[in-house]
Amino acid sequence: MSSEVRFTDFKSDKQPTWCPGCGDFGTMNGMMKALAETGNDPDNTFIVAGIGCSGKIGTYMHSYALHGVHGRALPVGIGVKLANPDLEVMVAGGDGDGYSIGAGHFIHAVRRNVDMTYVVMDNRIYGLTKGQASPTSREDFQTATTPKGPNQPPVNPLALALAAGGTFIAQSFSSDSQRHTELVKRAIEHDGFGFVNVYSPCVTFNNVDTYDYFRDSIVDLSETDHDPTDYDDAKRKILDLDKEYMGVIYQHDESVPYGRREGLSESMADIPDGAPDGATDLVREFY
Amino acid sequence: MPEDLNWAIGGEAGDGIDSTGKIFAQALSRAGRHVFTSKDFASRIRGGYTAYKVRTSVDRVDSVVDRLDILIALTERTIDENLDELHDGSVIIYDDERTTMQDVNIPEGMIGLPVPLKRLAEEAGGAIMRNVVALGAACAVAGFPIENLDEALEKRFGDKGRAIVENNEEAARLGQEYVAEEYDYDFGYELECTDADYVLLNGDEAIGMGAIAAGCRFYAGYPITPATDVMEYLTGRIDQFGGKVVQAEDELAAINMALGAARAGARAMTATSGPGIDLMTETFGLVATSETPLVICDVMRSGPSTGMPTKQEQGDLDQLLYGGHGEVPRFVVAPTTIAECFWKTVEAFNLAEKYQLPVYLTSDLSLAVTEQTFPPEEFDMDAVEVDRGKVVDESGIESWLDDKGRFQPHYPAEDGISPRAFPGTTDGAHMTTGLEHDSLGRRTEDAEVRVEQVDKRARKVETARREETWDYREFGDPDADTLVLSWGSNEGAMREALAFLDEKGIDVRFVSVPYLYPRPDLTPEVDDAETVIVVECNATGQFADLVEHDTLTRVERVNKYTGVRFKADELASEIEQKLAESPEVQA
Repeated sequence: MSSEVRFTDFKSDKQPTWCPGCGDFGTMNGMMKALAETGNDPDNTFIVAGIGCSGKIGTYMHSYALHGVHGRALPVGIGVKLANPDLEVMVAGGDGDGYSIGAGHFIHAVRRNVDMTYVVMDNRIYGLTKGQASPTSREDFQTATTPKGPNQPPVNPLALALAAGGTFIAQSFSSDSQRHTELVKRAIEHDGFGFVNVYSPCVTFNNVDTYDYFRDSIVDLSETDHDPTDYDDAKRKILDLDKEYMGVIYQHDESVPYGRREGLSESMADIPDGAPDGATDLVREFY
Repeated sequence: MPEDLNWAIGGEAGDGIDSTGKIFAQALSRAGRHVFTSKDFASRIRGGYTAYKVRTSVDRVDSVVDRLDILIALTERTIDENLDELHDGSVIIYDDERTTMQDVNIPEGMIGLPVPLKRLAEEAGGAIMRNVVALGAACAVAGFPIENLDEALEKRFGDKGRAIVENNEEAARLGQEYVAEEYDYDFGYELECTDADYVLLNGDEAIGMGAIAAGCRFYAGYPITPATDVMEYLTGRIDQFGGKVVQAEDELAAINMALGAARAGARAMTATSGPGIDLMTETFGLVATSETPLVICDVMRSGPSTGMPTKQEQGDLDQLLYGGHGEVPRFVVAPTTIAECFWKTVEAFNLAEKYQLPVYLTSDLSLAVTEQTFPPEEFDMDAVEVDRGKVVDESGIESWLDDKGRFQPHYPAEDGISPRAFPGTTDGAHMTTGLEHDSLGRRTEDAEVRVEQVDKRARKVETARREETWDYREFGDPDADTLVLSWGSNEGAMREALAFLDEKGIDVRFVSVPYLYPRPDLTPEVDDAETVIVVECNATGQFADLVEHDTLTRVERVNKYTGVRFKADELASEIEQKLAESPEVQA
């Protein structure tokens, strides 16, 4: 089936309710294209979505999917992938879901390096609750709940990922369809936890981190001689707060995903209709 | 009442109390004797009083009692802590050459038995074996041939090499000989050995073994007393059956990982205690409304908040029945014995998958830390049945597609149970969500669909009430005027309390309830009784409230919330006292 799959097969018949012009449209299209172009189909794909505007993605895409609890999408994805390594698992969420309420899970998911993809639609704002500061909002970004700005520096998700031992760290821009698709594809193909932070502008509530801002400031690493396997150079770029880099910033070329390290290769779904062979030995252990 | 011996070793945490006690329990079990153990311990790694107690008999023992016959006291505090249980003629073994034990005061009427534990251990090869010397000394007092220790010592020290095992055997022999030679005295005990073959295990291990037997392949958890043993049991063992234990970063992640594995088609579970249940309650509603089969095990301990982490309580019942915002069905099952921990775990997995909902499997600290002997036939693997419910594969999926060819994971079937397609099934792709959803699993706020889905989920409970047996376990005199009800681990103490009550001429019908939701309707039983007494380890009587609610009858309550489980003799006195106060009985 996979050779005939088109990216539109990943589209559900539900019309997105995102605001016209929302970056999430482009982010989702790139995800669907990347899935189709890497030989996946809706029946072998599992999407996990968090809460927020980004969380609606499970509804607009067609695949096996769970739209879960705020901030806990990554552990769900880990459970799915370990229980059935044959599935393509992609977790999607926003900057609030991933870096605020779910920040703890983010760090540990990076550490565990399960073979899955994590796409964060980073718009540096809480959109669904109508415009409050997010963990990636700028220090002086004024909102209804932060009239003086958050008054604390924004989270640097790429730095968190690198510090936690990330093996694939990329950043893309939702309106650069071709580059975004390519980066998600590379994350899917990566042997391990493929993390893509996507600049996905909110046209309604964020008048600072806009399409124009990103277009003007993004440095596309594919147009430089950046070597993503150079850890020190990746670290320098990730800690360089004056620039917005796009591309694969860091990739560990000898990454071995957790499931393989643990020897997990079979689906856990198939079980006998009674106790498994050898179960009686468990009783004997208690003699 | 069984002809029993009550033995204990106590000292400071870090003194090797647990492993010594376990060796003795195992030796008794191998000698064909029944064993029931308990532990006094604190939530710390070193220091603080800790004890391992063993009750043994050739008959089955199901409870601790308020009596201690032989005590190995490594510290003076061990004696003080057990004054209530020690009696005239109790034997206290201690090392009088230990500086802190030289001036130990042996209470009047008791037999102090100084044994140079450390010196004899050094003779056998090292001071570290002083507990085993004490074991040997205790065997001499109890009239228990020390050869019985050999197999248990091999099991404990075998991986350290033959020499270590032999040193320990020698240490036991020196302890035994010392008592035999120095104290030419008949202590009046002679522990009979039998040909019976027993297994010795605790409740957490029984739950872990039940999970593997039931086909559980994925376990995610976060360590917490007293549930950690479930996770430690499964680690390394579940792997042999194609499964995996994942230690998550917290309970929030643990339940979400288990949820993910269950969505992928694996039988999955997590186990925790009260504080973890609080965190997991966040995701509980999602599990329930997404209709995901999941077994969530709560090994209860004393609450609220951090409470008393190493103490017994049954305080979480309301939380399990009602926890979480909104309304959505869940089942609550509470095994009443260690063997039942095995069977109810198997059943919990079947219930979860047949009815596609979370099942709370709740045991408690008493079951978790007690090791008890059983004939191995009580864990008959051939009797384990796996029922996965309404799972559909490629061949059967077509009848569950809507007119546009879309799979309907929340199809409002008459019995409330929708089809389940594991990811990877062709044409089965579907989503589900914590939002209210339609039959396709897509969000909706449509009033009609909302009502349809709420009713559909509720119908699963009605179906389960009809299809399953929600029975109870009954003991004592079925025609007695006094009905005692309890749930969970109190069964053992109450079963033995019946014998104490019988001696006093008090007839009791005892009904032990393992199902809390759905649960048996006890109205006929309550109506038949003159006095109804509900026994439970909490302060407010959460189960008693349920009984009153269900039967519209006031009940008497016996509650214990000291952090210590009921003891059979103590419980018998409590019931006797309750009956003396009860107006019905007086009239």
